[in-house]
Amino acid sequence: MIDSVTDDRVAASLVSGWGRASPSAARVVTVRSRRHLEELVVGAGRSATPVLARGLGRSYGDAAQCAGGMVLDCTPLGAIAIEDLDEGIVRVEGGVSLDALLREVVPRGWFVPVTPGTAHVTVGGAIAADVHGKNHHRDGAFGSYVQRIELVTPSGGVEVAPASDPELFWATLGGMGLTGAIAEADVRLHRIETSRMLVDTVRARDLDECMEKLSDSDASYRYSVAWVDCAARGSRLGRSVLSLGDHAALSDLPAADRAKALDYRPSGGIGVPFAPPVNLVQPMAIAAANELWYRKARLHRAGELQSLASFFYPLDAVRDWNRLYGPRGFTQYQFVVPFGAEETVRTVIELLQAARLTPSLAVLKRFGKADPGPMSFPSAGWTLALDIALSARDVAPVLDRLDDVVADAQGRVYLAKDGRLRPELLREMYPRLEEWLAVRARVDPTGVFVSDQWRRVGASER
Amino acid sequence: MNDVTGMPQTAVVIGGGSDLALAVMRRLASRRLRALVLVGRDIARLDQAAKELSDLGVKSVATLVSDVCDAGGHEALAHDCEQLLGSVDLVVVAAGSLGSAELDALRAEDVARSIETNFAGPAAAITAFATLMRAQGYGRIVVFSSVAGVRVRAANFVYGAGKAGLDAFCQGLGDALAGSGVQVVIVRPGFVRTKMTAGLSPAPFAVDGDAVAEAVVRGLERGSPVIWVPAALRVVFAALRLLPQAVWRRLPG
Ligand SMILES: Cc1cc2nc3c(=O)[nH]c(=O)nc-3n(C[C@H](O)[C@H](O)[C@H](O)COP(=O)(O)OP(=O)(O)OC[C@H]3O[C@@H](n4cnc5c(N)ncnc54)[C@H](O)[C@@H]3O)c2cc1C
Ligand SMILES: NC(=O)c1ccc[n+]([C@@H]2O[C@H](COP(=O)([O-])OP(=O)(O)OC[C@H]3O[C@@H](n4cnc5c(N)ncnc54)[C@H](OP(=O)(O)O)[C@@H]3O)[C@@H](O)[C@H]2O)c1
Repeated sequence: MIDSVTDDRVAASLVSGWGRASPSAARVVTVRSRRHLEELVVGAGRSATPVLARGLGRSYGDAAQCAGGMVLDCTPLGAIAIEDLDEGIVRVEGGVSLDALLREVVPRGWFVPVTPGTAHVTVGGAIAADVHGKNHHRDGAFGSYVQRIELVTPSGGVEVAPASDPELFWATLGGMGLTGAIAEADVRLHRIETSRMLVDTVRARDLDECMEKLSDSDASYRYSVAWVDCAARGSRLGRSVLSLGDHAALSDLPAADRAKALDYRPSGGIGVPFAPPVNLVQPMAIAAANELWYRKARLHRAGELQSLASFFYPLDAVRDWNRLYGPRGFTQYQFVVPFGAEETVRTVIELLQAARLTPSLAVLKRFGKADPGPMSFPSAGWTLALDIALSARDVAPVLDRLDDVVADAQGRVYLAKDGRLRPELLREMYPRLEEWLAVRARVDPTGVFVSDQWRRVGASER
Repeated sequence: MNDVTGMPQTAVVIGGGSDLALAVMRRLASRRLRALVLVGRDIARLDQAAKELSDLGVKSVATLVSDVCDAGGHEALAHDCEQLLGSVDLVVVAAGSLGSAELDALRAEDVARSIETNFAGPAAAITAFATLMRAQGYGRIVVFSSVAGVRVRAANFVYGAGKAGLDAFCQGLGDALAGSGVQVVIVRPGFVRTKMTAGLSPAPFAVDGDAVAEAVVRGLERGSPVIWVPAALRVVFAALRLLPQAVWRRLPG
């Protein structure tokens, strides 16, 4: 066992998040099998080596980094077992990407119960962040569909289910990889008749109208999201394009298409081959793109058939688009505030505009009731996600100000996107932190599992 | 840890009584700085600086007495700092001394001492912290060079030569550290009104310490490897570097 750890003494290499903003070096070890994963984690525990599991690195900040320690690249753990698919259950290893899973299950009439805005995340990453999709208002977060996890802690592998060890199970959902490495999980899928979406596209003149229309659509649409034009100011502030939809039934397809009703074509043709020396995502270009996007959406487009890829994963069409932000990278600021704090959403946009920090992308969604995990991000209310280039002046103090506004409204920011939250605010934003810490102390008393994010925002406060 | 906006939570200052380094720390204190070690020779001054920074909200400020010329002590020093801070996000190397370049009064040992203070000592300290940071997998080393080292002048050639050596050392080290997560940041100020320059008549482009601090913090945010203060000096020195030696020698000041 020690030998295999010695075998893995690879040289350190740089690891960064999707925002490419604060890389750190670690020994990145490719996990060959679940058994290898267990050897590595137990070995790390014995030698007190800091360790962290990593998936596809789609978290924006420093959540999937472990400076000076060992980063376990779990992506080779790619087995998908479909024996129980008739009941809608799939058994997947922790490194399986949603993309790979969809290629397997969509043709058989199943879809993932919850999906983030990219298919290039692993099941391990989806569990660790307890990801949400456009259907949270009605279906909750990813964790509600996980029935069993095989977790590898420093003392070895354990099976965890909501009934067998609810504390550890829910601490792992949203636990950002700090309760152990996820080797395998059983996930309950969603039945679909076709691989098409039936989509209504609706324009909203301003933020009030946008929120009103999103609220009205809660009951009638499984999926809803608004793309907000943050370049629009004053009376047009919050003007947006809403995309509302559900899976199309077989009868919704034209007769000619019904034979290929479950064909799945993932997106992702063109790519950005290298990072340009400067940030290409500049305010002028952002404003122009938003204008175009808004105008392209006619006032109302109903019952349009779209592919799964174009409805759920429009950003996946361009590979490595994060490189466009140049060497300094970018961050995403995503927060949720309770219903009733609508004005906070407006204030956040106004503060950014006043500081001339136009987000290049802004997505507004509604969350339904909070999920059981103590560190799970979603809770009933409005969530706004904003992509912000880090090359601009004074980004940091403005984002600090946003934290205050969000915390004052009993809101919180999303750790999967974070790389800069003030440590003092973690407890305020996640009031169940102590409960979670107690579970972590039980399974990993010496804190072998650690991330740069945790060192920055969690450990430093204690 | 340094956050995605480039702001550190822990720092060490070598030359802990430096006006410029303290101006930087004051600004970092209003961001994320929570623990700091000030290293220097004059304990009274270090303690005074420590008190000021605690009052500004830095939760823990320690002081350590050490001479930057004590090259043999730097590894132990780096280790002590790591013990105090947990991990070292940022080191600011500000120790330096202007000294004199009056040929009539210049003694061989003064030259050796100046080179030690401005180059050999700082380079040894930087090496010790670079080693520590490589093991950490991250960290930033901000080094006060000077335009005096960009093109050395007769008026302060001893100091300038030390800075030229230090600057070159840091350029090479920065390149050598590529891919390690450790970054070297070279600061090249012009004339700054601090206690080092007290009594001297300001050169063109003179600035205050806070302008340097602002530029350094902005440079950390942008991830700049070299910071000129004021920024215009980058262009000015690109031109000055090209002057024939006979012209350069006769420039006033
Ligand atoms: C374009 C884009 C759109 C997105 N949209 C959404 C969205 O709509 N909703 C949403 O919720 N999120 C969204 N995200 C964020 C993304 O879903 C999460 O960050 C997710 O965790 C990424 O998964 P990953 O496999 O890339 O994990 P990584 O980024 O590699 O890791 C993220 C965290 O998961 C942990 N982890 C990874 N694998 C394992 C494992 N096997 N065992 C234990 N811990 C592990 C890591 O330690 C780390 O803490 C989006 C990201 C992008 C880039
Ligand atoms: N001010 C400028 O115009 C200017 C311009 C360009 C570059 N710089 C550089 O910027 C840095 C900071 O300068 P400053 O303006 O802040 O001046 P400063 O206040 O005089 O700071 C210099 C510091 O270096 C310390 N020091 C000198 N010799 C030392 C030694 N042997 N061991 C340990 N510490 C020693 C001094 O401490 P003691 O109190 O113990 O002497 C002093 O605290 C220096 O490297 C300087 O060369 C300054």
